[in-house]
Amino acid sequence: MAIFTQTKARELLSKVIALSKADECECNLDGSNAGNIRYARNTVSTSGEVSDVTLAVQSCFGKRSGTATINEFDDASLEKVVRRSEELARLAPENPEHMPNLGPADYSKVKARFDSTASVTPEDRAAAAEASIVPSRENKLIASGYLNDAESFSALMNSSGMFAYHLSTDINFTATIRTEDGTGSGWVSRDFNDSSKMDTKEASAVAMKKAMGSREAKEMEPGKYTVIMEPAATVQLLANMFGNMNQRGADEGRSFLSKKPAEGEEPVEGAPTNRLGDKMFDERVTIYSDPTNPDCPTAPFAADGHPVGMTKWIDKGVIAAMPNTRFWAEKTGANYYPTAYTGPGLFGGNQQLIMEGGDQSLEDMIKDTRRGVLVTRLWYIRQLDPQTLLYTGLTRDGTFYIENGEIKYPIKNFRFNESPIVMLNNIEAMGKPVRINGSMIPTMKIRDFTFSSLSDAV
Amino acid sequence: MDRRKFIELTGIGMGGLMIALPGSYISAAELTANPMEVAFKKKMADIALNAAKSKGASYADVRIGRYLNQFITAQEKRVSNVVNTESAGIGVRVIANGTWGFAATSDMSPDSIAKAAQRAVEVAKANSKFQTEPVQLAPVTGVGEVAWKTPIVKNAMEILIKDKVDLLMEVNNAAMDNGANYITSVLFLVNEQKYFASTDGSYIDQDIHRLWAPFFATAVGAAGFKQRTGLGNPVGMGFEYLDGDPSEQISIQGANVGYRYSYDMVQDAKDAGQQLQAKLKARSVEPGKYDLVLDPHHLMLTIHESVGHPLELDRVLGYEANFAGTSFATLDKWRSGTFNYGSDIVNLFADKTQKHSLGYVGYDDEGVKTKEWDLVKDGILVNYQAIRDQVHIIDQKESHGCCYSQSWSDVQFQRMPNVSLRPNKQDLSADDIIKDVENGIYIVGRGSFSIDQQRYNFQFGGQLFYEIKDGKITEQIEDVAYQSNTQEFWNSCTQFAGQSDYRLGGSFFDGKGQPPQVSAVSHGCPTTRFNNINVINTARKVG
Repeated sequence: MAIFTQTKARELLSKVIALSKADECECNLDGSNAGNIRYARNTVSTSGEVSDVTLAVQSCFGKRSGTATINEFDDASLEKVVRRSEELARLAPENPEHMPNLGPADYSKVKARFDSTASVTPEDRAAAAEASIVPSRENKLIASGYLNDAESFSALMNSSGMFAYHLSTDINFTATIRTEDGTGSGWVSRDFNDSSKMDTKEASAVAMKKAMGSREAKEMEPGKYTVIMEPAATVQLLANMFGNMNQRGADEGRSFLSKKPAEGEEPVEGAPTNRLGDKMFDERVTIYSDPTNPDCPTAPFAADGHPVGMTKWIDKGVIAAMPNTRFWAEKTGANYYPTAYTGPGLFGGNQQLIMEGGDQSLEDMIKDTRRGVLVTRLWYIRQLDPQTLLYTGLTRDGTFYIENGEIKYPIKNFRFNESPIVMLNNIEAMGKPVRINGSMIPTMKIRDFTFSSLSDAV
Repeated sequence: MDRRKFIELTGIGMGGLMIALPGSYISAAELTANPMEVAFKKKMADIALNAAKSKGASYADVRIGRYLNQFITAQEKRVSNVVNTESAGIGVRVIANGTWGFAATSDMSPDSIAKAAQRAVEVAKANSKFQTEPVQLAPVTGVGEVAWKTPIVKNAMEILIKDKVDLLMEVNNAAMDNGANYITSVLFLVNEQKYFASTDGSYIDQDIHRLWAPFFATAVGAAGFKQRTGLGNPVGMGFEYLDGDPSEQISIQGANVGYRYSYDMVQDAKDAGQQLQAKLKARSVEPGKYDLVLDPHHLMLTIHESVGHPLELDRVLGYEANFAGTSFATLDKWRSGTFNYGSDIVNLFADKTQKHSLGYVGYDDEGVKTKEWDLVKDGILVNYQAIRDQVHIIDQKESHGCCYSQSWSDVQFQRMPNVSLRPNKQDLSADDIIKDVENGIYIVGRGSFSIDQQRYNFQFGGQLFYEIKDGKITEQIEDVAYQSNTQEFWNSCTQFAGQSDYRLGGSFFDGKGQPPQVSAVSHGCPTTRFNNINVINTARKVG
């Protein structure tokens, strides 16, 4: 089993720290038991289970650091990984931005692990796939989908007494259901920490309805439309925007949050270099992260072991905080705003964002729309201009025309060229936030969203 | 892992990337240590094959892999990351009850290997309950014991870390001395040592090397900032690719625009700094219809997205519907024998045999000897990309040899081979292509790219844009992207350069599947002209 309890993780990491001969030592222990099933053309195509634990050791001599990892935990292997990291540290050039270890800290309590998910079996996965395939087949539809579940833990320790531990479970499901003639397609996505909330039959029914409802799509002229974006349609744009909110990029003049003197004016010494405190969006826009949120909990600590609490990034349309590194915060005299540790490797997982919403239901929003487009999801989103956060991409798997308060007919997919900055200034109405990709995002009704061309893709 | 996360890592736009670096970090000394002995690997392989057969497998193959990566990142004047990784283990794939099963282990003891083989058979039998289409495997004749190696001159893993760091520092200084304010440069080095054996009687030992040295430079001006990425290509070569042989440099009207089989990264960084300053001052494009002249470093990505992906047979059949999507290039279009994918001068071919390409190997990951085949011949769709269990669907008897897995621990499946545009038989230069254009735009380098899930509608940007008036490049312009539809676009292809302008571009981390796997693929093409394409302006005023 790849799951270490807190006690077992602390024991192992203490042993590693005791072996260190470096000035400073920091280790991460991450493990998971994961399983998946994939299906297409109404039949299971692949399934598998993977267990893995990795220990990463970072050793530092002055400002030189090296990292080595291993997945064996006998005494000889632990000695080997510590010595390897020390060897790499001696070979590495000095990093002037190296920061010393943090000391011990208290962390918020988070419940992110559920027995239900930790005990999912191959039979459960097969049943989940079957609940999507059988009704599709009965309705002459073609289902394809993917379900994966995992129990994971992360433990951090350093030679200055820091120790942090987080245990979680996750289950994710997506399905694309298409008509036999290929003229209709629907999609659905669900993710939870607690698998008892996962109902692939209910979810697949949503995709089936969209598949059948999207047949015989009509062409509409590209242009600016009022759009009702389901949470899956905006979550990626919001995540991309958050990925561009880093303080350093802004201070260095290479971000949409850079602040510059007005045209023709000379720069003033000590003037703000970023847009912290500026109102940039509609005042209904509030976006924050909170590890203790029961609907989408995350680790209550950052990758360096610093505690992470509730952080408002955008408060009533105003830039309230910008993520930064400890080095940059210290250099610029700013508060340190770390983000939650999302797992091992170079990238980790999705960053949690919680966007406050409103009280309108999807039906209310449709009823109040004279002329508009309902968007299920956006696809192949790519940045066109980092200065304006202009993105392109396409609608996919369920795009519908709304007229005089009701859905009139399915329409062909559009390519969009739009910026989330514009989007968050043009909000007409919002629904209740729902979980998507580890975040909580409301359905949003947005005016003047730019569609630039049509696509024949179904 | 996805592209977006990698972009966040580097903090700047890096198009066309996908990365996963499995495995554990190891020291430089161990990275270049001797690989596993062939005799040892054969013994381990036989244990797996025999165990699979004894448990009821009608076919089995085994891959014993040692995957090494080194990756060094330098930002401005500091090295931010030196990473060595290694991953070794064994993956066993079997057919039992007409169904695939797979299991893998990092434990190389005979007992563990036999257990993995047994588990693979159990998985196959369990999944056979859902099987509606029993596996039909195209025959392959066993080749016995053979070996194959990427033809490299300098093993990148053996170059000292100090020399690599010095190169990246020189690159960063060159960009910053010439107009860039910020730059991140990276070295990605990959060595796959993989051994394949199957119940067909093949024992294939391969040593594969790949390299990529991208950079991402930024200049900040009074009114905003601009970015320019490197024009080097990811290649199936050793460190000799970075020697910067001047004879491999391509120039148009006196300016460097690309590199063939040798890359001068420092020169490119200097050019990038100067071009960034020009970009800050450049005029914004007037949207409208233009004749486009696309340089190979740019066009390779258009080929990848609009030809490579839609002609993957598993995608056409619906196996990728829930992730990347399906394809407009349906079987009926292929069967008609008359589907005009492009104009009649367009010949697109697939291969795993081009020297220096990312796809170049002796045998694929199911033991099929690699080859070249046509996808689009004289403009007509004639074939797809298919592997052993797929070719019967398109009435063919021989696998195309394009099966791949990113590691020993993932199951192999159909992956894109190199897909390339055949150059003009007449050896025209890029200048020859430009000189006939009255009102056009010359696009160099790959920028933002986006295409729909059936590969009809696409929009591509680039790195450098030049206005062409009456056969001459007049000025650098900005904010260019073009929108088109795959079939219309390839039917508007009117002219291209010849063999001496032909270059291989590529994608080092192309993603596919669930759970996703990466692979590396090259696309060759010459400078090519497309008439009357819709160009949009991507500049916009916000907030």
